[in-house]
Amino acid sequence: MSMKKDYEDIPGTFVFDADRSREGYHLNQFCISLGKQKGRDAYTADPEAYLASFPMTEDQRQAVRDQNWNRMLELGGNVYYTAKLAAYHGINFQGLAGLMTGMGREEYRDMMLNGGRSIEGNRYKSEWGEE
Amino acid sequence: MARITAGVSCSHVPAIGVAMDTGITDQPYWKPCFDGFVKSREWMKENTPDVIFLVYNDHCTAFDASCIPTFALGCAAEFQPADEGWGPRPVPVVKNHQKLASHIAQSLILDEFDMTIMNEMDVDHGLTVPLSLMFGEHGVDDEWPCQVIPLAVNVVQYPAPTGNRCYNLGKAVARAVESYDEDLNVMVFGTGGMSHQLQYKRAGLINPEWDKRFLDMLVNDPVAASQIPHVEYLREAGSEGVEMVMWHVMRGALKETAKEVHRHYHVPASNTAVGHLILENV
Repeated sequence: MSMKKDYEDIPGTFVFDADRSREGYHLNQFCISLGKQKGRDAYTADPEAYLASFPMTEDQRQAVRDQNWNRMLELGGNVYYTAKLAAYHGINFQGLAGLMTGMGREEYRDMMLNGGRSIEGNRYKSEWGEE
Repeated sequence: MARITAGVSCSHVPAIGVAMDTGITDQPYWKPCFDGFVKSREWMKENTPDVIFLVYNDHCTAFDASCIPTFALGCAAEFQPADEGWGPRPVPVVKNHQKLASHIAQSLILDEFDMTIMNEMDVDHGLTVPLSLMFGEHGVDDEWPCQVIPLAVNVVQYPAPTGNRCYNLGKAVARAVESYDEDLNVMVFGTGGMSHQLQYKRAGLINPEWDKRFLDMLVNDPVAASQIPHVEYLREAGSEGVEMVMWHVMRGALKETAKEVHRHYHVPASNTAVGHLILENV
């Protein structure tokens, strides 16, 4: 019997649970290694060799190459980890949020200054026309 | 005897640390956020504790995905501010009250809260930003005005400990402190929150009505607040808002009759709603 996931109906959200953690483990460990200078230097010196040293899936490697931030989350990445890869590319948390939401940095920053994204219409997938 | 005199809750947004470290807290974007801490810093000066028991979460700094303790208690003599990818924050080394920390570790485990004991640990913005907010600017060569016992709580990988577990842990922390012989003034900090979501297409979620209700409940009806299920935080306060469970440790460590002496709420600091409470045991 599997555990009921009562959080799966929240739209636009990945809850980083044990299943996602298992799927994303090597992707996340790659990302977090860039929090240290040693990892950043190794990645810069030979990106493909450094990526190959982490036993990720090919889809995960491609998402890293493409800097496809949402795809990384879909493949088990967690934002606290992917933020280290973003920082490596000179993108801060707010810039990253601008990319993940598709709004872009300026529009996202303006939304935050105006009080952020409202909860109204954003509680359930059904409100987004999703299953 | 050691005694718990007060509790503080506040957000630990990394950008708040950056704003302080780069001296831009007077800029229009930041001023309303920091104005709410003017009174807090005066209050801290008048009530400086001997020790702060500081509940925070590590952001994959001391713990990457290879090891995820639910509760990790800092028992080292000192804790260095961590390099989170941009170099360490220019703030003082955090010094522990090691004897009290080991007393608390022993007391909690015998009280059936199974702590992970950390004898080596760097501390990230989750711990240093609340100290900066409450004590103001302190440089690398300076000292924090008191000693700090860190308690790192996992809130990165679901599930975080329940609000109920955190509330009861707070009660056990109070029992541990009150059974320590030295005459010490101890405060408990619960950090994190309030509503925020940093990831995927719903990033930027802020829910001030929910946040304000949470502040009221935490002060006036802490047992009910501790029963809020995870899914409510995730849905109503955003996927990263679940870190507010850490505030229940603080609330549990204080008496139910604790009195609110200060409150501040501001949107936004970067992606996050900033919330702050000071409670005094009476």
